[in-house]
Amino acid sequence: MKVLMFGWEFPPHISGGLGTACYGLTKGLSKVDDLDITFVVPKAYGDEDQSKMQLVGANGVHIKQVQEHIQRFKSKHTYLEVESALIPYNDPDEYYSFRDSELYGKNKLFKVNKEGKLEFTGKYGANLIDEIYKYAYVASTISMDHEHDVIHAHDWLCYPAGIAAKEVSGKPLVIHVHATDFDRSGGSVNPKVFEIEKRGMDAADKIIAVSNLTRNIVIEKYGQSPDKVETVYNAVEPVSFEEKKAIKKGVKEKVVTFLGRITMQKGPEYFVEAAYQVLKRTDNVRFVMAGSGDMLEKMVARAAQLGISDRFHFTGFLKGDDVFHMFKLSDVYVMPSVSEPFGISPLEAMQSNVPVIISKQSGVSEILTHAVKVDYWDIDALADAIYGIIKYDSLSNIFKSKGKEEVDNLKWTNAAIHVHQVYSNTIKETV
Amino acid sequence: MKSVCLYFQVHQPLRLRRYRFFDIGNDHYYYDDFTNESIMRKIADECYLPSNKILLDLIKANDQKFKVSFSITGVALDQFVSYAPDVIESFKELAATGCVEFLAETYSHSLAALKNKEEFKSQVNAHVERIKLLFGQKPKVFRNTEMVYSDEIGKMVSAMGFKAMLTEGAKHVLGWKSPNYLYCNALNPKLKLLMRNYTLSDDIAFRFSDEGWKEWPLTTDKFVGWMSQFDEKEDLVNVFMDYETFGEHQKKESGIFEFLKSLPQAVLETKQFKFATPSELAKEYQPIAVAHVPNVISWADEERDLSAWLGNDLQDEAYGKLYELRDDVLELNDERLLKDWNYLQSSDHFYYMCTKFFSDGDVHSYFNPYDSPYDAFINYMNVLSDFKIRIAEMKVSSVPVNGTELAKKDEIIAQCKAEINALKKQIVDH
Repeated sequence: MKVLMFGWEFPPHISGGLGTACYGLTKGLSKVDDLDITFVVPKAYGDEDQSKMQLVGANGVHIKQVQEHIQRFKSKHTYLEVESALIPYNDPDEYYSFRDSELYGKNKLFKVNKEGKLEFTGKYGANLIDEIYKYAYVASTISMDHEHDVIHAHDWLCYPAGIAAKEVSGKPLVIHVHATDFDRSGGSVNPKVFEIEKRGMDAADKIIAVSNLTRNIVIEKYGQSPDKVETVYNAVEPVSFEEKKAIKKGVKEKVVTFLGRITMQKGPEYFVEAAYQVLKRTDNVRFVMAGSGDMLEKMVARAAQLGISDRFHFTGFLKGDDVFHMFKLSDVYVMPSVSEPFGISPLEAMQSNVPVIISKQSGVSEILTHAVKVDYWDIDALADAIYGIIKYDSLSNIFKSKGKEEVDNLKWTNAAIHVHQVYSNTIKETV
Repeated sequence: MKSVCLYFQVHQPLRLRRYRFFDIGNDHYYYDDFTNESIMRKIADECYLPSNKILLDLIKANDQKFKVSFSITGVALDQFVSYAPDVIESFKELAATGCVEFLAETYSHSLAALKNKEEFKSQVNAHVERIKLLFGQKPKVFRNTEMVYSDEIGKMVSAMGFKAMLTEGAKHVLGWKSPNYLYCNALNPKLKLLMRNYTLSDDIAFRFSDEGWKEWPLTTDKFVGWMSQFDEKEDLVNVFMDYETFGEHQKKESGIFEFLKSLPQAVLETKQFKFATPSELAKEYQPIAVAHVPNVISWADEERDLSAWLGNDLQDEAYGKLYELRDDVLELNDERLLKDWNYLQSSDHFYYMCTKFFSDGDVHSYFNPYDSPYDAFINYMNVLSDFKIRIAEMKVSSVPVNGTELAKKDEIIAQCKAEINALKKQIVDH
């Protein structure tokens, strides 16, 4: 079976959970017999791990008809252009430095380089929507060049690409919902993003959701038939700890960590308020908010207002090994997300022997047993849980050992087998 | 004869390095040596050294009739010693002419006057000692960090033996009154007050190279012309500014050095004006009135208040958390700890956390090494957290384990317990 897969990013060039999940899944799929994957990303850098699959960068695909009129392309597909100010999320790395907003789209032409290839940035930025269309355009060419039996598109950025590919090859389309705009926006969705998502789901032959939480949103908010939507949980890549160099813990107190984009979706304000409650009761603790995002400054100001800034630290955006270091220094990991389709980071924390507290409004809470689960808005419960884990070693120890055991059993191969079944069923149904 | 009082403020912040959460408890060095050294070296070459040379030449050329005054913060002095000792030498030469007065201020350019009287006193004393040692004169006049002043602060300064103090001739304090007289403190009239003439001072300090200003270009004739139009009865003109005006805020190319070079001649030629130092003014003139300043003023921004350093949540939190540590720091009396304690009090750190970017944003961002006030706050609090850890660790190791003392305390505890039990029993019996 040959799979043509569309993603937005691929390790090591990632800025969020999407790239990590795609990598894990493709790695798992590579272990399934008789499965051949061509993975397409907008921009291939050349240093990606290609041992498990063939990686095609859309920026490396030759376009035959140069200077195709963008307007015509858009009218054919009836997509709408989204104002750049309404981007769902930005690359946290570039949070403070929006890229040049100069669009070649102004003259309504795709900019093609000398060799007839489209240029992509492969990042979340001001030109995101423009990139999505370019990507879809290229996808149709790719779909012609690469033989396949099924098309698999990850998240809304790639849905137009998936549809375009399907229109050319006529093969069944599976879309993979890693998040919806309902999660990102907390309910007040961007209608244009919603439209792209809805079109993708309508055009799909099968929809994979990363949790039942997401599955329900797909069914209820996007009006999809329950038979069409299947839940496949994510997993986590095993880490080898020997390779990582140890970091010295400079503080004696227990460390409670929040790690992620500091945006409304992730519920950072509940973490700050809970920290305040805990600090009222014990001195032996420090809180760390790692990450960056549009709510960072508000959180800094709130911590100052509560007078806890000498115990509440900010690290800014963490990359690579610093994430691992942060886990190493942590005694509790908290993910108070308001709406989290899945949430791989608690699993990563558990791998590092860190007890986790997660919100009930997260997909990962559906599969974890050895984690504290609270409602994201329940600050008192959150504070209680933090206090309990840092205060009672027996509790923290049991979470560490059981949690590690649990997370080690979550394997991408299991997810891959499930996805393979979905492929087979879809192909069977559509033939 | 009227007097012109020229006063220059010399200060360079000691910038903190990027201090990350991972450094807390592991690394106790807080300063960005590279930036501090390169900025100090640059300003020494562009401003301090050439300006000092010009002043020295002017004093000699005008037969001791040209006089100026300085205050140099301890933080700046420390950095001169480390990075630009030639600047210290050139100030010493100026001091030797007898025409230069050095004023006292807080050692670390701090806002201690608003928080802790004892801390304030000890910092001022440290600064006085340093000036005596370097320049051989004991300061008699005081100027507080950023001209911060109130009736209460004046009273405190007066009690410390100073004859006069410099502050801002703020519009909302003086009202219709002119800054061109000597004033005195409202609580202790013995303390004379020199009020800055902010119009004339800022004509040089801020507007000199502003080509959009209707008076541009500013010449010494024009400047002295304005001074001569003052009311006959007015006694003096206080022209106070940052020393970095010469060559740094106003670049060499603007002609600022030429302006400085020709100013004394132009002033002395009027025959109406002479140059005087703050001490001379205090001795020579009688105060015309009491200046009532119940609320604290400064020379910064449009508001002339404290809002550049204190007032928002970030600033208040950092400032409050810092001064909580004072008792412990003093008790431990450790040299390195005290040094950091001094540097962490510097008002610059709080200035970087200022969020009122609108009217005075230009000046603020010019002086600010951080991207945002939040960034400044995060960095400072990380440093402060490490500082607190050091204090805690030193406290633990410095407690003498004294057997008899502990036994005594145990005894007291036992007594108290017995007493409590007895009282409880009484209640129960009752």
